[in-house]
Amino acid sequence: MATVPSPEVLRAPLVVEFPFTRSLGPVQSAFLTGLRERVVLGVRCGDGRTLVPPVEYDPVTAEEIRDLVEVAPTGTVTTWAWNHEPRRGQPLETPFAWVLVKLDGADTALLHALDAPGPDAVTTGMRVRIRWAAERSGAITDIACFETYEGEAGGVQSAPHDGVFGDPVTGIVAPARLDYTYSPGRAQSDYLGALADRKVVGERCPSCHKVYVPPRGACPTCGVATTEAVEVGPRGTVTTYCIVNIKAKNLDIEVPYVYAHIALDGADLALHARIAGIPYDQVRMGLRVEPVWSDGGRFPDHYRPTGEPDADYDTYKELV
Amino acid sequence: MPSVMRPGRDIAIVAFGQTDHRRSSDELSEVEMLMPVLHQVLDATGLKTSDIGFTCSGSSDYLAGRAFSFTMALDGVGAWPPISESHVEMDGAWALYEAWTKLLTGEADTALVYAYGKSSPGSVRDVLTRQLDPYYVAPLWPDSVALAALQAQALIDAGDTDEPALAGVASRSRRDASANSHAQLRGSVPQGEYVVRPLRTGDCPPVSDGAAAVILAAGDRARELCERPAWIRGIDHRIEAHSLGVRDLTDSPSSRLAAERAGAFERPVDTAELHAPFTAQEVVLRKALKLGDDVTVNPSGGALAANPVMAAGLIRLGEAAARIHRGASDRALAHATSGPCLQQNLVAVLEGDAR
Ligand SMILES: [Zn+2]
Repeated sequence: MATVPSPEVLRAPLVVEFPFTRSLGPVQSAFLTGLRERVVLGVRCGDGRTLVPPVEYDPVTAEEIRDLVEVAPTGTVTTWAWNHEPRRGQPLETPFAWVLVKLDGADTALLHALDAPGPDAVTTGMRVRIRWAAERSGAITDIACFETYEGEAGGVQSAPHDGVFGDPVTGIVAPARLDYTYSPGRAQSDYLGALADRKVVGERCPSCHKVYVPPRGACPTCGVATTEAVEVGPRGTVTTYCIVNIKAKNLDIEVPYVYAHIALDGADLALHARIAGIPYDQVRMGLRVEPVWSDGGRFPDHYRPTGEPDADYDTYKELV
Repeated sequence: MPSVMRPGRDIAIVAFGQTDHRRSSDELSEVEMLMPVLHQVLDATGLKTSDIGFTCSGSSDYLAGRAFSFTMALDGVGAWPPISESHVEMDGAWALYEAWTKLLTGEADTALVYAYGKSSPGSVRDVLTRQLDPYYVAPLWPDSVALAALQAQALIDAGDTDEPALAGVASRSRRDASANSHAQLRGSVPQGEYVVRPLRTGDCPPVSDGAAAVILAAGDRARELCERPAWIRGIDHRIEAHSLGVRDLTDSPSSRLAAERAGAFERPVDTAELHAPFTAQEVVLRKALKLGDDVTVNPSGGALAANPVMAAGLIRLGEAAARIHRGASDRALAHATSGPCLQQNLVAVLEGDAR
């Protein structure tokens, strides 16, 4: 049994980025539109408390709540944490304090950033006020941050508000981006390493003896590790296929083209790849194909017909 | 007083296995990391994957940055029809809860529960921001340490703890972890600089890759598979408001309620495995769960010694069960948490048969 020596660990950057588009309910819409107009709204819940930021359902009773009230843009810090190394996306690029602020007239606290010269300038109980963003769109970031405020608390009553503004904000776009370094693990690294040498290497299950390509390190049927490397192909048989008619973003392959499942000779699992070198409408089940590497490519660019007679259905029917 | 939920069937944790937890496991895919642990619990019970009545896993796509990443890990359990299988996008402790429920129905007598987390490919501090309220909180990107630091400061302001006491929690945890060969941070670890004040590196969990698995069995099946099963006398989980500003961060009413419903307060426990990734959270949980100084807390070192996200809660259940298996505990409380600042909490009470 040949155990493949582990090559160096492969790594590649992987960025997951998406602009989440979210619709707002009536309370959230009023709150975020209010921020755009420099008005802070809360919501009164069953026990008489005013929640800021407001929600649409009572956090204790789950009852629907809709009674909006306006609170002050000034408030008191209920707890804080000094952030000396701001991270991407956070409200300020200079060191700041994370704060929970109970705005005057509210009974709960809002999370945001406090602009302060250093941790010695921040205390629980300190008075702060909202610093509005210059450009406001109806988002929590319309509050640029909080800043220190000399005025006393007290005497501020929340006042009922109808929550009606012109041109209300009904949705937000929340861009999210996370950065990863992807490593494929032992089995897939071995597979990718062999591909770069223009070899297709699968792994055999010690229990059911099936050969998996690409190998993932485990037999999905038996639940045991696959370790025996087996060179398969390079020729194979199209077991099934589809015709792609919609061009993917950033893809320079002309549509229509064929994407197929290919059972490489000696493999017990079909892999998928693009078929070229033949008109798309002449691709068929049983077509014999072989990989084509582009110059300097680490993996086959596509598969093309070998010119052999088509494979008999019985030879690949287990892999369809 | 709310009534305690009585399980209609005796169900026990009969085997527990975990990986060595490490800062990075680049050379292994998730299934490669997980598979030895699955075989560990199968070997311990003599069961084959085909003998298992129900399989349930916990993990998160956000750690890997890939959709449906759990389906790859399924290769490790021989997921061949007619397997009865489920997955929670949560800590494996909640997968265990689902499996326990399944066994209660009588539709299965054994269950395999596993969980894994590879935090190393991304930045777990940033990744966890994506579980926050997407309207009011997530756009500000407050990272997991920042939120835990707000909770720590609230506790300090309330006079419940101070920085030296938090350092004491950290050093006790890592000292205890010296006896745990799977732990990542063991022995003397410097308390370090502030990450987000008042939390220093020592107050924060390590970034870990790791996996864990347990096998559950019902009634006589449990007795056949394990010399001293860890019977689940009660298990419950509760959640609090997601808005941090609505909650009292110095308390954990959801932990207390879950513990009450699980029967934790009926008789004293001798051991508690608490899922407290940050030192200050142990302070909150000890108070909420009414744990006295005579209770051995986190003899494994807890999440401060190894924190494979999505597996760390299941490991608390597994560690508590393993102490019962080997006779080091007779009645143990196991706790798992999820979400920022102990938002969601699960409590189980485990007991061994009288000796
Ligand atoms: Zn097999």
